[in-house]
Amino acid sequence: MSIKSEKGEVLLDIKGLEVEGFSDEKWHDIVKGVDVTLRRGEIMGLIGESGAGKSTLGLAAMGYTQPGCRIKVGEVNFDGVNLVKLSDAKMRSYWGNRMTYVAQSAAASFNPAHRLIAQTTAATLRSGNFSKEEAYGDARELYEALNLPNPHNIGERYPHQVSGGQLQRVMTAMAISPRPDLIVFDEPTTALDVTTQVEVLSAMRRIVENFNTAAIYITHDLAVVAQMADFIKVLRYGKEVEEAPTRQMLSDPKEAYTKSLWSVRSLKKKEHQGGDSILSLNGINASYGKAKVLYNVNIEVAKGTTVAVVGESGSGKSTAARVITGLLPQTAGTVEFDGKALPKELCDRSKEEKRRIQMIYQMADTAMNPRQTVSEIIGRPLEFYLGMRGSKKTARTIELLEMIELDEEFMQRLPSELSGGQKQRICIARALAAEPDFIICDEVTSALDQIVQEGILKLLMRLQKELGLTYLFITHDISTVKAISDQVVVMNKGEVVEQGQKTDVFKPPHPEYTELLLSSVPEMDPDWLTNLNVGRSSG
Amino acid sequence: MHPVTKTVLQRLGLGLATLFVVSIIIFSAIEMLPGDFGQAILGQAATEETVAAFRRELGLDQPPYLRYLQWVGGAIQGDLGTSFSGRNASGIDRSRAVVDLIAPRLWNTLFLAGMTAVIAVPISLALGITTALYRNSFYDRSVNTATLTTISFPEFFVAYILILLLASLYPVFPSLANVDDSTPVGERIFRTALPALTLTLVIVAHMMRMTRAAIINLLASPYIQMARLSGASQTEVIVKHALPNAWAPIATVIAFNLAYLVVGVVVVEVVFVYPGVGQLMVDAVTSRDIPVVQGCALIFAMTYILLNLIADIIGIITNPRLLHPK
Repeated sequence: MSIKSEKGEVLLDIKGLEVEGFSDEKWHDIVKGVDVTLRRGEIMGLIGESGAGKSTLGLAAMGYTQPGCRIKVGEVNFDGVNLVKLSDAKMRSYWGNRMTYVAQSAAASFNPAHRLIAQTTAATLRSGNFSKEEAYGDARELYEALNLPNPHNIGERYPHQVSGGQLQRVMTAMAISPRPDLIVFDEPTTALDVTTQVEVLSAMRRIVENFNTAAIYITHDLAVVAQMADFIKVLRYGKEVEEAPTRQMLSDPKEAYTKSLWSVRSLKKKEHQGGDSILSLNGINASYGKAKVLYNVNIEVAKGTTVAVVGESGSGKSTAARVITGLLPQTAGTVEFDGKALPKELCDRSKEEKRRIQMIYQMADTAMNPRQTVSEIIGRPLEFYLGMRGSKKTARTIELLEMIELDEEFMQRLPSELSGGQKQRICIARALAAEPDFIICDEVTSALDQIVQEGILKLLMRLQKELGLTYLFITHDISTVKAISDQVVVMNKGEVVEQGQKTDVFKPPHPEYTELLLSSVPEMDPDWLTNLNVGRSSG
Repeated sequence: MHPVTKTVLQRLGLGLATLFVVSIIIFSAIEMLPGDFGQAILGQAATEETVAAFRRELGLDQPPYLRYLQWVGGAIQGDLGTSFSGRNASGIDRSRAVVDLIAPRLWNTLFLAGMTAVIAVPISLALGITTALYRNSFYDRSVNTATLTTISFPEFFVAYILILLLASLYPVFPSLANVDDSTPVGERIFRTALPALTLTLVIVAHMMRMTRAAIINLLASPYIQMARLSGASQTEVIVKHALPNAWAPIATVIAFNLAYLVVGVVVVEVVFVYPGVGQLMVDAVTSRDIPVVQGCALIFAMTYILLNLIADIIGIITNPRLLHPK
């Protein structure tokens, strides 16, 4: 298979592109006049918040629009051919051949019915230029180059038989298999744990460099894009905000919006020692059926502090929250709250015990009844725990709304009429309504854009100061931990690896797992990944 | 043992358990029918002694649980008892074994069901796949309208329309489907054509729309977009990427309709005077021929359970998560 020609020649030239989508009986503009120039071998980073139109633009670069969308005006010139003008059949000869796509969720993007290697090579074989043996052999070499375990046999497996990180690498192999001129990566590592993300990122970068492929890398994570892209384009509301080479963009962003994206990571909080212990988990074991999830977990939480529980998926951090709230009775150990042991089962706890511990969830969407108005959602705990009714309840609801920086007019709205950040605020107000001492925040900012995240975190910090709340903050995001916590608990595979004051935990030396976790968090330095890989391979 | 073998054996065991429960329900339901069987068969003129003697002879004087055990014990060995009919007050016994009564009728029913299935299932699948392929096109809308129209009419109406068209106005097929053991296969197919066509029209809509819906449901999956973006044509997307993941719901709806073909076609049998099990059962109910009614009900239950079991197994073996565990 041939190596593509040198950098320099323009491969993709998008001019005045506008894409619109049909919803609520109307056509809405999604991309509003964007230009892109991408040369062979170059990687463009495309960043922006959700709804900025980055995925739509990425797909449109392949001449593809999702069902219900269409290209309104503009040109998509790929190697001199305007894709917008092509017939479907002509387009298909480009897809999977000269341009390929790597989707966000590998688990959902592989057909469950076919073996991995058949899917990896399907597009390559369709072009008819290679025999099955050649394509399969090449796929196995790619698996090897991508550091997949057991590269000669892994292709015989079905998608559900390998892990998410492995699937994402197989999908990269699938994208490179036909030796395309252009690969569109659409948030390819967003669903992965940080330690897996590093491996996938390195693998993708290596392969793109080796084959001198041009790529569009879509993400909302600045640190990730810094590792991958030659230049970065910032999108907002379907329009370009600015574009610049990566180093220049990172060190010297011009536009206020870009600066605000950068500034999120500067959120800082003064560390608290905290007073008496309010909650302690003593030797907790827990299991789901036969599967043991928590092993001898001990956590101390001091009054008025924020304790961050960090760990990757499957580390048991959410399970710990379920034990505290009584949703999952522990098999051994005790949960002490304010000096008193809590009954294991939720149904054995008194109303008062329930009231004092409240919870906020990751998906505000599914944590609210879509058919209840905001006043009903917030009013329910007021009535249930505090027996408020009538005008008293209404007055308190308004007060709570003010606390979360929303006003009275939200009372009659349904969750579907709120933005993601507003929904999470309502969930916070609902938790506050019970006047709790202790709030468990389970990945409350993970589903939100960075700027919205910052707003929610600031709000939580302000409420803590005003109301003297204690937070148990469950997250996988290290920068959030750095921003808001007083104490940190690191969990891995159901065990507490390390816990202590934030400064102590973040100060080396670290236990092995903490070290791996911390070093895997991408930094805003374009050389970070290169240095890390050099460091890791020599160490 | 492979987990699939284990699941299949489990399902088989559950099927048998269901059958056992159903046999109790059938027996108790018939037990609860009002009226005296001896009286009904012997007629009003019979004296009380004759009726009592008759009941003794049939074993109806024994407690229900004993009769149930006898019946089930016999059924397991393939003996469904002896029909009540063919006896009369004068003591002449021309009664036949239930199995002998049902067997030829069941063969006829299965023949008609099989013939209908051979026509209807491929047509439904083809229509379902092509309508999914050309969704919202003129073709899609016409096929949907046509099949929904035929399913909306009562079966007997469809049957008479077909008789009018294909037997009366344009005499292609006979309007009577009277077959017996001696009818050669070719002739049998010819005579059964109209009932088979009628049933086809009745069941196609259900299977076709389910196939279409199962496929369209999958078209929104990310892996379908992935397949498109790897250059697969619309046909390839549907046949190679959507269909393999849609077999479970399709198999279920096909099993459901095949079961209907065996157990629910008595109206069509009556219209075409076709000697199937349905008519036999209806006749047996009118003449209070308990063993025959019970036998038919048990066979119907077995058909349902067996076909659903097969659909289940298809659902399992077409699911790679179950077929190839981690």
